[in-house]
Amino acid sequence: MPRADELKARIEASLPGATAEVEDWTGGGDHFRATVSAPQFAGLSRIAQHRLVYGVFGAEIGGPIHALALTTKESVDG
Amino acid sequence: MPENPIKDAIAGAIAENKTILFLKGTPAAPACGFSARTVAVLQALEAPFAAVDVLPDPRIRQELSAISDWPTIPQLFVDGELVGGADIVAEMYETGELSTVLGLEAPDDAPVEAPAAEVEPAAPPLQIENRL
Repeated sequence: MPRADELKARIEASLPGATAEVEDWTGGGDHFRATVSAPQFAGLSRIAQHRLVYGVFGAEIGGPIHALALTTKESVDG
Repeated sequence: MPENPIKDAIAGAIAENKTILFLKGTPAAPACGFSARTVAVLQALEAPFAAVDVLPDPRIRQELSAISDWPTIPQLFVDGELVGGADIVAEMYETGELSTVLGLEAPDDAPVEAPAAEVEPAAPPLQIENRL
């Protein structure tokens, strides 16, 4: 069962410089809510920003991770 | 090349409908909170939209995500382009961008003479499986 801190670590590892806040929305280990700030978001549409985060988890989204609600913010690197 | 009627039906529905929402359940009875939230936003804007329930056949969701490169449901398309899922649609509603994308009203900084938005009649839910 995925855990919020595990999701946070994977997002931050995949997007260097990113900071992620992840909470288990329902406590059930399958509905998560994340706010992600990353320098990689610069210049990207929201769609592209969300795809970057979804891309960290691939087919797990819709599988073990039933839902990952996202808010993305561009962060200034350094 | 193997035939893929579901993919073709989905692509056709996206092409033929200015605004189309793929959701779990129907607009009248959404089967998931995220779908319900997105329907509520569209209804708050009185935006006409076509709707496709992805639940009757798991292949609908599979083919849709392959087309859109987007893993979750709901998915809102306008003019053939993916606008977003529940989070992005809600965020765009709050900022007012959604009305603009949907062609419902001119942005605040548009000329006063901006033409009135065309409002299409509401369409009944589409049934992908009936189109095969």
